[in-house]
Amino acid sequence: MRLDPRLSQIFMKALLWALTGFTLFILVFIIVNISVKGLPQVTLSFLTQEPHDMGRAGGIFSAIVATAYVTFLAILLATPLGVGSAIYLTEYTKEGWTTRIIRFGAECLAGVPSIILGLFGFVLFVMKLGFGWSILSGGLTLAIMVLPIIIRTSEEAIKAVPPEYRLVCFSLGLTKWQTITRIVLPSALPGITTGIMLSVGRSLGETAVLLFTAGAALRTPLSLFDSGRTMAVHFYILAREGLSMPNAYGTAAILMISILLINVAAYTLMQRLMKRYS
Amino acid sequence: MKREVFIERVLLFLALSSIGSLLLITIFIFLEGVPLIAHAGLKKFLLTSHWAPTKGHFGILAMIISSILVTLGAMVLGVPLGLACAISLAEFSPERVKTLLKPTLELLAGIPSVVYGFLGVIWLVPLIRDYLGGPGLSLLAGSVILGIMILPTIISISIDALSAVPDLYRDGSIALGATNWQTVRRVVLPAARSGIITAVILGMGRAIGETMAVIMVAGNALKIPTSVLDPVRTLTSNIALELAYATGRHREALFATGIVLFVIIMILNFTASAITRRR
Repeated sequence: MRLDPRLSQIFMKALLWALTGFTLFILVFIIVNISVKGLPQVTLSFLTQEPHDMGRAGGIFSAIVATAYVTFLAILLATPLGVGSAIYLTEYTKEGWTTRIIRFGAECLAGVPSIILGLFGFVLFVMKLGFGWSILSGGLTLAIMVLPIIIRTSEEAIKAVPPEYRLVCFSLGLTKWQTITRIVLPSALPGITTGIMLSVGRSLGETAVLLFTAGAALRTPLSLFDSGRTMAVHFYILAREGLSMPNAYGTAAILMISILLINVAAYTLMQRLMKRYS
Repeated sequence: MKREVFIERVLLFLALSSIGSLLLITIFIFLEGVPLIAHAGLKKFLLTSHWAPTKGHFGILAMIISSILVTLGAMVLGVPLGLACAISLAEFSPERVKTLLKPTLELLAGIPSVVYGFLGVIWLVPLIRDYLGGPGLSLLAGSVILGIMILPTIISISIDALSAVPDLYRDGSIALGATNWQTVRRVVLPAARSGIITAVILGMGRAIGETMAVIMVAGNALKIPTSVLDPVRTLTSNIALELAYATGRHREALFATGIVLFVIIMILNFTASAITRRR
């Protein structure tokens, strides 16, 4: 027996939309759940006090500092590498085996799971180079993690700048490098910023990499060689060892909401850029 | 002119950073792990499941099996759900709905894995324990959480694949009297097949490489599971659980575990990029 095609279409559309609705429900459930239980914990003193008693009491100030520190370092290192790669790929080469190797590297690097990056950072930076569990080791490893994100978004942004811009510059006698630094990069800046913001988002939520490279010391890190416990690692330890549910929820809420806001802002910025040049 | 050449050299050097990092990662993981595999024997390492690294037993079979099972479980949930979202958005919704919902669903990718793991422990694990039995921390819990975590990967790559199918195909099919759904099933999905397969493979890579969420919900027991309600320890969990205190051969064994994981992931990545290139 065959079902009437129109009936099966109605049925399938309903099913597909029901599943889509379910997926949206999961997203909303996660956000609402963490926000409702977490946000009431977030007070000024929670943000500005050092954790006490292993994180059972007090706030998360040191974790915020450690997070900002490793993230900043990672971005500082990855941005020139990533943007440089993107410029080279888009402005200096024709598609060939060099670009293929570079793209392949970035693609594979994006697929390397964070635990492998953690192992790598641990053996190279923590052990071999003797940086120990530190902000430096954490930042270096995170930089490798976010490099593919920055390359991909910068490349997209630079490609979106219309070729006419470059032709006009060349016809005015500007060199290639002048064209890139004065015209192409400023035009692509919103897109590059998007990549940086997405990288910040990725870094904030990362746990496996930092657990084995930056360590879990609760003190506020001062130097590059101090160990520091980021918010995600702090949350993991609080939750896993059941130290303090309210503080775990509070940390998770700050973490999740900042990541979501950053991602939304990054997306909006990229859309605006794409619209301008399309 | 000389300056321009110099700049190009510098940029090339920067551009090699990603492939360079990849090489460094490969070299260091292998350097640390290979001695143990040589010591224990590849066959014994991969095909026995007695793991007592401080007593000289280095078999990771149980973890390999657990990793594969958790990943397959994640696919069972994540692929249909992700594809359903992709089809609804790419084929059955107006442009405005699509541009709103696609980035919204991609927000799932921004939620940290520890948060997934945490909510798994709070909501999912008690549910499994109370209604299905067992300890709750289980293969099933790991699969469900991973299934959700791979959704953004599957959704966004599948949407791109579906959107890349030319409208001519759809118009032709509709003109022949097919319904929208028949068009999607018989024309659009087959045309987008390679992209969807890529999405599934990359989703698998994400699932098998995920660590923190799995540690929190899968129970981490060291045996080959006989039911979906059994607690399991994956390759990734094994590394993360023991790295902090491991020394000597034990630490090498964790890097060797990393090699196995790394090789699996690289095979998946190669396959995905080979499929993409052929397209």
